[in-house]
Amino acid sequence: MEWRSLATKGYLSPEEVRRLPALPTWERICQGPVAVIECVQDIPCDPCTTTCKFSAITIGDDITDLPKLDASKCTGCGSCVFGCPGLAIFIVDGSPEGQLGKVSFPHEYLPLPTAGQLVQVVNRAGEVICEGNVEKVLSTKASDKTPVIQVWVPKDLLMEARGIKRL
Amino acid sequence: MREAEVIIIGAGPAGLGAAVEAAKYGCGSVVVFDENRSCGGQLIKQLHKFFGSAEHQAGVRGFVLGQKLEEEALSLGVRIMTNSVVWGVFRENKLGVFTSDGKVQQWGFKKLIIATGAMENALAFSGWTLPGVMGAGACQTMMNMHRVLPGKRVLMVGSGNVGLIVTYQLLQAGAEQVTVIEAAPSIGGYGVHAAKIARAGVPILCSHTITEAIGPNGYVEKAVIQKLDEQWQPIPGTETELDVDMICLSVGLSPLVELARLAQCRMAYLPTLGGYVPIHDQNMRTSEPDVYVAGDLAGVEEASTALDEGRLAGVAVAEALGHPSADAAEAEKGAIRLRLRNLRSGSYGDKRQAGKENLMGRMSE
Repeated sequence: MEWRSLATKGYLSPEEVRRLPALPTWERICQGPVAVIECVQDIPCDPCTTTCKFSAITIGDDITDLPKLDASKCTGCGSCVFGCPGLAIFIVDGSPEGQLGKVSFPHEYLPLPTAGQLVQVVNRAGEVICEGNVEKVLSTKASDKTPVIQVWVPKDLLMEARGIKRL
Repeated sequence: MREAEVIIIGAGPAGLGAAVEAAKYGCGSVVVFDENRSCGGQLIKQLHKFFGSAEHQAGVRGFVLGQKLEEEALSLGVRIMTNSVVWGVFRENKLGVFTSDGKVQQWGFKKLIIATGAMENALAFSGWTLPGVMGAGACQTMMNMHRVLPGKRVLMVGSGNVGLIVTYQLLQAGAEQVTVIEAAPSIGGYGVHAAKIARAGVPILCSHTITEAIGPNGYVEKAVIQKLDEQWQPIPGTETELDVDMICLSVGLSPLVELARLAQCRMAYLPTLGGYVPIHDQNMRTSEPDVYVAGDLAGVEEASTALDEGRLAGVAVAEALGHPSADAAEAEKGAIRLRLRNLRSGSYGDKRQAGKENLMGRMSE
């Protein structure tokens, strides 16, 4: 399958995002936090399968096969977000009441934002798409210097918001 | 003359992997020489988490992997001599070494494993000798080893994994703006590395080349880039000037084969593996029966493959010296070969796999 935008610009186009192999349904996203795996190339890598405590991610016998997500097993815990060496996994949560949902992404830049801080949220192309409040910043021994930031964004931007402007 | 049963040149992932296996499988004296101050090769400046599988410590940051390998080798009694340059390979299994105390020593070996790695390619254009034009590896050494950020507004030439990763590390180190150009019509490295820098606001321009570095004051102040047509020819009128204070070149690597040449290893020219490489068999043994190779000098790949090639050479050398039982060696080598085959599967590995098969096929010629 061709991923032309990723191959020529470095990011998945919205159309390519809709073709992601393990994309959870919108219905599932609205039930609670779930992983979105943006890994579409046959590269030799499998830590996502071992960092998931719920066996929700599988790759198969060949290490270059693409990861598959069993969305019914995924709790949205976020271990795979810092476990993925490619920083290509995100957690989206459309379950909260109201207009806003939460998106979590890896952020390996200093300084880190703090909970409650208003930040500029960017899409895959690095363009600012909205402002968002930081819900929390997870940085533990297990995350091994890959902090995971959770930000509130409008629900219609949950599948676009993928980072924040560096502070 | 000093002697060791096994001598390994290069303490990167391949050399350390070889040392660990050779020692583990019973080689009595294993000595590793490396010209750098500390061991680990390129691992010591790799801050990102590694790909691969559990056997390659995937998810572990590169420099941590280097430390683990060093500790493992030392715990097995391997002697690692840093600041030591091997400058000659002579007849009757002898080496010349400049050691850290400035002395010249002669070392004899039963088996030699050459794991010297690769060096960065350069790219010539008008102004390429100006201060501020440097290899991406040099930039990475300055940032991650010496804590010096060599530029804040950067043009990265080349979008292979090295270019993409060093761009990411430039941003982490505080660079304000990086632009990546790539002469090919598509990005060379992994999409996930490209995506990381794309969402950090880095434009990646394919079908573009650099034509000039401008520096009227004696250092880089501007870069001129130009669009390429389908025949890779610059399109007139598409020149763009970028305000930059550094130009980083990440345009591939060439195997460091000088010592393998001195050892009289037969070579083959394989562009998919980086140029001239020593031919070798399934045990990493070269055309010289006592000389083995592993890692980038045997074909430019990546740390995981280098580590496994080193392990394979280490087991094979121990076996050739009569240490492990043939069955134990075969089982271990089989497991490593399977991992190597896996690492070389998929669209990013096919050409390297074909190149390796080509090299091994030539051994019987």
